[in-house]
Amino acid sequence: MAKGIWIIVEQNKSEIRKVSLELLSRARELADKAGEPLVAVIAGSGIADLAAKVTPYGADKVILIDDEKLAEYTTGAYTSALNKLIRKEEPQAVLLGNTAVGKDLAPRLAQRLGVGMASDCTGMEADDENFLSFKRPIYGGKAFAEVAANARPVLATIRPNTFPVAEPDASRKAEIVNEQADIDAADLRAIVKEVAIAVSARPELIEADIIISGGRGMKGPENYKILEDCADVIGAAVGASRAAVDAGWIDQKFQVGQTGKTVSPTLYIACGISGAIQHLAGMGSSKVIVAINKDPEANIFTLADYGIVGDLFEVVPLLTEEFKKLAS
Amino acid sequence: MNFELTEDHVMMRKMVRDFAEAEAAPGTEERDEKEEFPLELWKKCAELGLAGVTFPEEYEGVGADYISYAITVEELSRVDASLGVTISAHSSLCANPIYLFGNDEQKKKYLPDLATGRKMGAFGLTESMAGSDASGTRTTAVREGDEYVINGSKVFITNGYYADTYVITAQMDKSKGNKGIAAFILEKGTPGFGFGKKEKKMGIRASATYELVFENVRIPAANLLGQEGQGFKIAMTTLDYGRIGIASQALGIAQGAYEQALKYAQEREQFGKPISTLQAIQFKLADMATSIEAARLLVYQAAFIASEHKIPVSKYAAMAKVFAAETANRVATQAVQILGGYGYTRDYPVERMMRDAKITEIYEGTSEIQRVVIAANILKG
Amino acid sequence: MNIVVTIKQTFDTEAKIALDGKGGIDASGVNLVINPYDEFAIEEALKLKEKFGGEVTVVSVGGDKIETSVRTALAMGCDKAVRVDDPALADADEWAVAEALAKAIAKLPYDIVLAGRIAVDDGSGQVAVRTADALGIPSVGSILKLDVDGDTATVTREIDGGTELIEVKLPAVLTAQKGLNEPRLPSMKGIMGAKKKEISVQTLADIGLSAADATPKMRAPKYSLPSPRKGGKVIPGEAADAARELARLLREEAKVI
Repeated sequence: MAKGIWIIVEQNKSEIRKVSLELLSRARELADKAGEPLVAVIAGSGIADLAAKVTPYGADKVILIDDEKLAEYTTGAYTSALNKLIRKEEPQAVLLGNTAVGKDLAPRLAQRLGVGMASDCTGMEADDENFLSFKRPIYGGKAFAEVAANARPVLATIRPNTFPVAEPDASRKAEIVNEQADIDAADLRAIVKEVAIAVSARPELIEADIIISGGRGMKGPENYKILEDCADVIGAAVGASRAAVDAGWIDQKFQVGQTGKTVSPTLYIACGISGAIQHLAGMGSSKVIVAINKDPEANIFTLADYGIVGDLFEVVPLLTEEFKKLAS
Repeated sequence: MNFELTEDHVMMRKMVRDFAEAEAAPGTEERDEKEEFPLELWKKCAELGLAGVTFPEEYEGVGADYISYAITVEELSRVDASLGVTISAHSSLCANPIYLFGNDEQKKKYLPDLATGRKMGAFGLTESMAGSDASGTRTTAVREGDEYVINGSKVFITNGYYADTYVITAQMDKSKGNKGIAAFILEKGTPGFGFGKKEKKMGIRASATYELVFENVRIPAANLLGQEGQGFKIAMTTLDYGRIGIASQALGIAQGAYEQALKYAQEREQFGKPISTLQAIQFKLADMATSIEAARLLVYQAAFIASEHKIPVSKYAAMAKVFAAETANRVATQAVQILGGYGYTRDYPVERMMRDAKITEIYEGTSEIQRVVIAANILKG
Repeated sequence: MNIVVTIKQTFDTEAKIALDGKGGIDASGVNLVINPYDEFAIEEALKLKEKFGGEVTVVSVGGDKIETSVRTALAMGCDKAVRVDDPALADADEWAVAEALAKAIAKLPYDIVLAGRIAVDDGSGQVAVRTADALGIPSVGSILKLDVDGDTATVTREIDGGTELIEVKLPAVLTAQKGLNEPRLPSMKGIMGAKKKEISVQTLADIGLSAADATPKMRAPKYSLPSPRKGGKVIPGEAADAARELARLLREEAKVI
């Protein structure tokens, strides 16, 4: 009996994170090819209802680990519980989103299991030789590495926005299994005291479909309002280049680039960004890139699908108006 | 023979370059435009030890060699020649004569503050009637009891006004010409010691260039540097070493301008391809790169000789300075040419670099004086 | 307080990446630097030392060429270094590097281990977290703020869309995110002093591992370069016309709005 491809599903109270649905959708395609069942694993507290939310996206089986100790994500408790379950069930692959949780949990699990892991993957294929192989950007997207594991299970984190979410199939049925969380006391040496999620109507940068970013050309912190106004019309996240972050105009959590976030939205609008190699590394995999810059020689134009040579302070508000017209 | 820099030198270059690019570069053009002295940057340089590279640890210096110093001034000047000369004038023209000619007491009193950059130094030699010819010195010093009384003025003094400690020359006995000159250490704030005109310059506009004015300035006899009558020799020796600093500054300007031109040539497209594919541009870049390498070898050689103290540095420092200065001017001019219309505007730094380069052919001995020094060295005996 | 900082040498982020003809990444002519995130870790370690006293030990895995980066960390103010160098680590993956680091660290006294949250070359972000697990101690990733009080660290860490305040018992591994601090530059005196500091070079045997213990769990990667993206069209005309045309193209041609 094949032991399956596992997706560690991330949930936020009642919602399943989009990246988990992306993983389920892609893994569904590969599970058939690899002849493996697809298993969604949901850990948390009071999560019984969530099984029904992942089944339509292709899970053959849903494992629920419902425990108060798992209410908030902590490295120790999640590692402890999942390590034991994985050792017991022996899946062939364990996949997570490359999110704050995935980046924290997957390497820890991999070491404890004594196995390999592929981080921040933007491609995933099934084949006879490797079982699963992964394509991942390195040097901030200036090159790619194709990797596969020698041992099982193989762990991987997949970059959000890499795979489309499939149409849900409400007729699908899945086996639902409840598992106990077996957590070692030794793993509970860190306590989450407080979680502060910034209240923002805008999407999270790494998961956004559209990003509008401002760089050195923004000239000052007060001018980000222009981008925010535009972002709110088209449901975009706001980003920034390192130049703007280093100038102190915007918090570093908005930085896109080799020393910031790596993003691959459907549309990336770069305003007053010259296109330093480190910035391109962080957004070069965007599907469509728009550049607005007053310098016609700016490097960003060499990879933008659409460009406007002009003053962003003039062009962006006009563009916002045009987007409003399209929306109405 | 080994042309490789040591691991220390490589690390120093990276450190100074990282510092210059992160801290100096963002404001270089603005400081140039506003003629604003880089006082905050000077303090940061001091924290990193850049104010006392060559001075021994016993005086709180870094205790590194002259190649380390050359690299420091080169890397600062690559980004901001005004900052480069601030460090160079401080180290070479003020701290160094005190180190070379000061007595123990003077060294203990002045060098730690200078080597750590707690205090800034300047050097006053040039006068309106005494440029290349120091024998025209009209500033006078007269011994009165335990004091010297100084009267006169100095012009074109780099770091003037901002510096705390000044080494200056004055005539004590006009009948003896150069042999009547003495050197003194002067502190800012001494009654009668004031500042005149601030020069409005073509280049290195962020560096401070002031007139020093002495009106019955009384200083303790203990502030005589070396002996009475030794002032000219002190000044000439100071300039021998100082030229390594200016040569390094010129080298940095050349390197900075060349890098700007190289980058632009690879990005700028005309006739459907980058202009770096045109032979006319390629030949310019090749010549620029070659002359910079030649200048660098001369500068580092002079720095090596200055550290080893085996043979006099005078000829080699003069060769390095004249060659590096002329290289900086040629390279910066060609960089402007490669950038064309953009190069002539203040939107690109090569315009400033071309202005900054010119002074390296003038101060601490004009290119003509360097040739005089070189000729005198090769023809003597 | 005994502080360990793990560092990795990486390409300068300015570096252009090319393949070397044998399927590897071409390292010729590339500037090698301390991974930028590791510099935040070094800075934090030095700040802890300045506050609590003690010693900062740099630990790194790699051959002779990483010595310049280790030396730079010493020039910044770290006290001594351990460099694990063994031919069996030539093709090490994250698993093997973490095992080696953990064994080397276990030989040292340590209250806290600091690392960068990710290396800008392979971007895997695994080694520090794995090292914590190999050491059997907790880890907190992507930290933005650190306060230490006795055997407890209070840490603000970045999570998606916000931050978390975490209290963790020491010893622990903490990984530094940009924003934690501004790394200092080594001073001239620091550079001159660095060569007098000890770098202890240790083989796998020295730290109690066999070559078999360092067998990679992942197969050798195959490298490729992205197909170059071609610039598209620059939309001409006055700002108002260009903005209208852009909005139209994004909807009708690119279908992304």
